[in-house]
Amino acid sequence: MSEISLKVEFGGGLELLFSNQKSHQLSLPTRVASDDSTSPFGKEQETKALDITYLIHWLRDHRLKERVELFMENDTVRPGILVLVNDTDWELEGEGQYEIKDGDEIVFISTLHGG
Amino acid sequence: MPRLCALCSAQRPILKRPKTGQQICKTCFFHVFETEVHNTITEAKLFQPGDRVAIGASGGKDSTVLAHVMKMLNDRYNYGLELFLLSIDEGITGYRDDSLETVKQNQKEYDLPLKILSYNELYGWTMDSIVEAVGRKNNCTFCGVFRRQALDRGAAMLGVDHIVTGHNADDVAETVLMNIMRGDIARLGRCTAICTQGEDTIKRSKPFKYTYEKEIVMYAYFKRLTYFSTECIYSPDAYRGHARSFLKLLEAARPSAIIDIIHSGEACEVGEEATKELKERKICKRCGYIASNDLCKACTLLEGLERGMANAGITDRGRKQLEASGPTPDGLRTIPFFQMNTDTPLDSASSTPIPGQTVDARIPAVVHVTAG
Repeated sequence: MSEISLKVEFGGGLELLFSNQKSHQLSLPTRVASDDSTSPFGKEQETKALDITYLIHWLRDHRLKERVELFMENDTVRPGILVLVNDTDWELEGEGQYEIKDGDEIVFISTLHGG
Repeated sequence: MPRLCALCSAQRPILKRPKTGQQICKTCFFHVFETEVHNTITEAKLFQPGDRVAIGASGGKDSTVLAHVMKMLNDRYNYGLELFLLSIDEGITGYRDDSLETVKQNQKEYDLPLKILSYNELYGWTMDSIVEAVGRKNNCTFCGVFRRQALDRGAAMLGVDHIVTGHNADDVAETVLMNIMRGDIARLGRCTAICTQGEDTIKRSKPFKYTYEKEIVMYAYFKRLTYFSTECIYSPDAYRGHARSFLKLLEAARPSAIIDIIHSGEACEVGEEATKELKERKICKRCGYIASNDLCKACTLLEGLERGMANAGITDRGRKQLEASGPTPDGLRTIPFFQMNTDTPLDSASSTPIPGQTVDARIPAVVHVTAG
């Protein structure tokens, strides 16, 4: 199965939930489960193109080390976490439905930590 | 056809402004962000040329961006301000010591003089030692009271007229909500003011009062400003946390909610009956700071700590227990005397210094000043 390589960055304290590692180089399948399940699936599974909603679920299942409630809420990132796609606010790119392309850089920044 | 910036119609937009819904490019974003802060400052007439202004710097996102923007606007619009960085070291290992490193880095980048004043120098206690003594229940009360006074004292040491803090629109909206939920009508009337000043203390203001947190974080990201972002290790205020989560949910549904809540707070006219309850201002008999009783809150808290009765400054019952346990012993650690830097002392009768206590125009505590 073909794969897409992408870079994920965490900032604003979010990296603390991900082994304190800011930058992650990933390779994910082009087609993923429509229900965002990240475990291996069979041929009868409905699929969709790799999008940010799937990436969020994948990060939760495979990279997040602690306190899931600080990262996700209702199948998306928790309110107060900013997402950028290639340095553009994801609100301009369709948010979770943005289909990830090879070489994309996705940044997650928490705004919730003290000032 | 690619979308274009709503302001310049030339470049590709990179951000949707929460306040207006406009999609704008990076150049226009920097321009509107900085100009709006400048407009907030000039409309509220916050400064006079020649003012000495301290930026309350924690190393976090808000104060890091504030230091950057204040320095830039002061140069761009010739405010004629003398700027300083003022940091309070609460003495929290693994939290404040790290964030102060960020402040020191900012000091080099912006070439501003930095003063760090620690709880340990001022009160003889660090937050680490306070938590050891009182546990994790009321420690935020100590920290809040001690920080407020430490900032004023640090400002007096620097001889500044004004402290600016990084409180943003989200913080102000959150405070409006909390005051409503607590029924604290007197504070509700005051909490949206951009500048607070008693007749006596140093002015405090919030140039980011109308600036969304999202834009502050985006600004820091696109300008590659380095800031420190770790939650305080002594668990944050739970009530504020709920108010914050609620506000973020409202913002997700309707981004103008934050500015709308601030406007609602501003539009509230608080009747005289609500403010009448506020106690008359006095001067603390022990340390000279503003107080609503004979002793200021910090002196009461400190005496409780020193006498092993930490609740003295927190509950009425605790205070009564402290009073019942006898008079304040001699030789108790106290906070150095505070001389208001003002032309019009408000209450000359009670501002008479305690006999035998050294009175200095500037507090004689030891401070490590790192010159700019």
